[in-house]
Amino acid sequence: MAKAALMDFDKALELYEPVLGFEVHVELNTETKMFSAAANPANEKNHGATPNTLVAPVDMGLPGSLPVVNETAVRYSISLGLALGCQIAPSSRFARKNYFYPDLGKNYQISQYDEPIAFEGQVEVELEGGDIVTVPIERAHMEEDAGKLTHVGGSTGRIQGAEYSLVDYNRAGVPLVEIVTKPIFGAEHRAPELAAAYVRAIRDIVIGLGISEARMERGNLRCDANVSIRPRGQEKLGTRTETKNVNSMRSVERAVRYEIQRQAAILAAGGTITQETRHWHEDTGTTSPGRPKSDADDYRYFPEPDLLPVAPSVELIESLRAALPEPPAVRRRRLKADWGFADIDFQGVVNAGLLNEVEATVAAGAAPAAARKWWMSEISRIANAEGVEPSSLVSPASVAALQQLVDDGTLTDKLARQVLEGVIAGEGTPQEVVDARGLAVVSDDGALIAAIDEALAAQPDVLEKIRDGKVQAAGAVIGAVMKAMKGQADAARVRELVLERAAG
Amino acid sequence: MSDIIRLTAAELSAKLASGEVSSVEATRAHLDRIAAVDGDVHAFLHVSDHALDVAADIDRRRADGERLGELAGVPLAVKDVLVTTDMPSTSGSRILEGFLSPYDATPVARSRGAGLVPLGKTNMDEFAMGSSTEHSAYGPTHNPWDLDRIPGGSGGGSAAAVAAFEAPLALGSDTGGSIRQPAHVTGTVGVKPTYGGVSRYGSIALASSLDQVGPVARTVLDAALLHDVIGGHDPHDATSLEQEWPSFAAAAREGASGQVLKGLRVGVIRELPDTGFQTGVAESFRASLALLEAQGAEIVEISAPHFEYGVAAYYLILPAEASSNLAKFDSVRFGLRVDVPGGTVEDVMARSRDIGFGDEVKRRIILGTYALSAGYYDAYYGSAQKVRTLIQRDFDNAFAEVDVIATPSAPTTAFRLGEQLDDPLQMYLNDVTTIPVNLAGVPGISIPSGLAAEDGLPVGIQFIAPAREDARLYRVGAALEALLVDSWGGPLLDRAPVLGANGGAR
Amino acid sequence: MSEITPELVRHLGVLARIQLDDGEVERLTGQLSAIVDNIAKVSEVATPDVPATSHPIPLENVFRPDVVGEMLTIAQVLQNAPDATEDRFKVTAILGEEQ
Ligand SMILES: [Mg+2]
Ligand SMILES: [Zn+2]
Repeated sequence: MAKAALMDFDKALELYEPVLGFEVHVELNTETKMFSAAANPANEKNHGATPNTLVAPVDMGLPGSLPVVNETAVRYSISLGLALGCQIAPSSRFARKNYFYPDLGKNYQISQYDEPIAFEGQVEVELEGGDIVTVPIERAHMEEDAGKLTHVGGSTGRIQGAEYSLVDYNRAGVPLVEIVTKPIFGAEHRAPELAAAYVRAIRDIVIGLGISEARMERGNLRCDANVSIRPRGQEKLGTRTETKNVNSMRSVERAVRYEIQRQAAILAAGGTITQETRHWHEDTGTTSPGRPKSDADDYRYFPEPDLLPVAPSVELIESLRAALPEPPAVRRRRLKADWGFADIDFQGVVNAGLLNEVEATVAAGAAPAAARKWWMSEISRIANAEGVEPSSLVSPASVAALQQLVDDGTLTDKLARQVLEGVIAGEGTPQEVVDARGLAVVSDDGALIAAIDEALAAQPDVLEKIRDGKVQAAGAVIGAVMKAMKGQADAARVRELVLERAAG
Repeated sequence: MSDIIRLTAAELSAKLASGEVSSVEATRAHLDRIAAVDGDVHAFLHVSDHALDVAADIDRRRADGERLGELAGVPLAVKDVLVTTDMPSTSGSRILEGFLSPYDATPVARSRGAGLVPLGKTNMDEFAMGSSTEHSAYGPTHNPWDLDRIPGGSGGGSAAAVAAFEAPLALGSDTGGSIRQPAHVTGTVGVKPTYGGVSRYGSIALASSLDQVGPVARTVLDAALLHDVIGGHDPHDATSLEQEWPSFAAAAREGASGQVLKGLRVGVIRELPDTGFQTGVAESFRASLALLEAQGAEIVEISAPHFEYGVAAYYLILPAEASSNLAKFDSVRFGLRVDVPGGTVEDVMARSRDIGFGDEVKRRIILGTYALSAGYYDAYYGSAQKVRTLIQRDFDNAFAEVDVIATPSAPTTAFRLGEQLDDPLQMYLNDVTTIPVNLAGVPGISIPSGLAAEDGLPVGIQFIAPAREDARLYRVGAALEALLVDSWGGPLLDRAPVLGANGGAR
Repeated sequence: MSEITPELVRHLGVLARIQLDDGEVERLTGQLSAIVDNIAKVSEVATPDVPATSHPIPLENVFRPDVVGEMLTIAQVLQNAPDATEDRFKVTAILGEEQ
């Protein structure tokens, strides 16, 4: 495959305006599938099931089988629609999207077409630095996922060159909500960043609602990115491409950047953009052409005769609206004000994905600054070293309890870090680790004075210097005392006492 | 033995209950009959090899004192459109040859639960597309009244099985007349219930918004007894109605006792003229109306101006839905696969569907694909759905004035095999009076009204009731049936020719 | 009258995944023309003020509780498979791409 020519990104933005659009598919984590009572593989409980073990007749299109709508999936879809600021249709219906593909048991996908359950919304997306972009949502509709194909015999396991393919229908019928944006204008040079931030915003929303596992690497959240560019000053939209199968936020960002640069190079050279789907290649960081749009894309939609309209009552919609969690963007604004963080500090927490942890730690009694410090420094450092999520290491309650021990003088910062290691190692609560390891600060002046007197006696030259007013010489004695106390002393108090004894 | 096969299901039930006849005896008698005549009739695509075991189990349970349903131990023929776990289900298509379903269709499961004994699977037009059963991939069924003639379709197998005394009862499916038109040409009784009255779960879909499973029998009471077994809400079918249904058998028994005709307002559609109807069909229809009138019924002319658009709307909606429903037959998960050396899966699918589907099926799939395709949807499928609304309004207006509507069940008596095979448009007109019933979702029944004078072949009369008023059909149908049988001096089928001269299976 | 052409029929065959040979295309073109001329009359009465009916008996909000029910065994899933291996259905190479 010949490598596409790319235009420098800044140059491209000088000449062209990028216009974005996204289709995000969210797999719901209901107990069962959209249209059958088979267990849902997108629910954590059923992750990793053996192929073709989560299949009911309708999932594989068996003759005579019929779909029946999952009530919880409808409620989740309404909640998601509301969280996207959408209107909920008083009546919506399902349609059949007809096309042949081996992963589609019925050779039609049950989706929503002209009457989606939710429409006309907007999502606030926060960019790095706290800038807010409002992304307009066209619609959110319910549909079913397809099965999974494995291509065998090709050199890379891809479809090209494969000898044969294997089909597993476990994923067929997993409930999906597809969220479609309107064209997004004005992102300009932050378009790639906005792409990632938008997907993150959707992820935050569905996690807040608890309606999806939202693991991109597992395909719970999948983004198709539409990109077009138009010459500066031109009214008419450019031809767009749709890049599919982008399965991380970083990749969405890279794919959008790549497409802008690629399309700009083509237009600048006098070429035209082909309307087509494109595939993202993680390894090379490039997209490659898929199928061009053609009249084979005639999906022959018609209302699904096996299913009836979904007409949620006003009461249901309002009760779901009342139960919505605080929108992520609103919550962030509130927490930032409550905590009194500087922009950069707050953004650091957001970018590290530690907002929940800090919030919970503050709720457990720690001061916001202390909570932030623990999660952003020591805990993140260990998590980084071990290649795990910070939240998997220690609970916010333990962090708050640890900070309490510092606040009441039981631990110094240094001791507290040792206690944290003990907690992470599974030795118990901070207090239990303090007790077991005997790490508490020695607050008995008697013991300290004895140690100080001994140290002063051993270093008469130092005593001399202190008495001559060279107070900084006390450091050597303090060090010796701290060593004798195995670190379990408050260095400030030791210093006070050293000066006292030396003067005495 | 031959006595047993001529019993109605109700009569046989009584003898089973009293112990006069065992289910094994009844089942064996019917299996013997099948062996004797089905070589000529070809009503069955598959005969169960364990029907006698099922019958013996019913006999055992009865001997143990278990309380069984009224039809327990009665043999049942099952249209091959219904999937069954213990017998292949092909829907009359080569593409499904040998297909074994891992689950039972709900009407089959309910029949088994009520103790009926499935005898086998009956022949049908491929995927229920046809009015003659000539479009079966497994050869046509022959009308027991004249083996050179069609048994109607698509459920010709079920109707012929019942008419030929191979089974007292059968299950059918009716998308545009596939239960009622075969009943008409075979001198039997067939009912298309209110849409949603019987579960469609496990019925291999033709046109989802039109399909309805129903009973096939020799008497109105027998049909009612079977309807009571298979009907009612099924959570597996979202379009299944949740209401409580009255006993249809009780309605039939009430009707047979007379009285229900007094003051009954029977609508006759002005726009269905006698022309286009065979003379003997029109005469038989008028004779039945006269009989009803003589018993105190009032014949009221009603207007249904949009019925004439019914066939056109039907031949848009049906192919459209069918083109989508039949997409699942792609050689991936089940059904025929024709290998294409060096071909892609797309080639294999296209070749398998070309070989696996018959001409009529391909014709309708292509027609339906056209009707749904971009740019044509509004003119065709969309317009047809509007015609549906207009026909429903015609029915609503009519039922504001009358209790039931009566029509001839079909325009002609059984035509000869092969006669209309090359003229799809002519074939489609066989369902001109039955189609509006499916489009509107209302229930319809066809009962024998006599023989046409010119050819001595059976004719049926159709009654139509408002949605959810199926019981009314059993009441009125049983009343007319009683009068007619009385006037004939016995059931119409007594006049059918003797079968079996050619011996067993061929 | 009708706009049914052999090219259209061939295209419909592609959409419907039926490999029609030339004879079939020719025959279907004629038959479909006749049928379409006949059924096109639905548009005579389908005026804009008439709503479409998708379901003969109008119902709404028919749902299933979100409770796991019966599933097929692998043996049942694969029992009619023309070809299968490693608990999955096997198909020949796919032209084109992942959707
Ligand atoms: Mg999409
Ligand atoms: Zn989608």
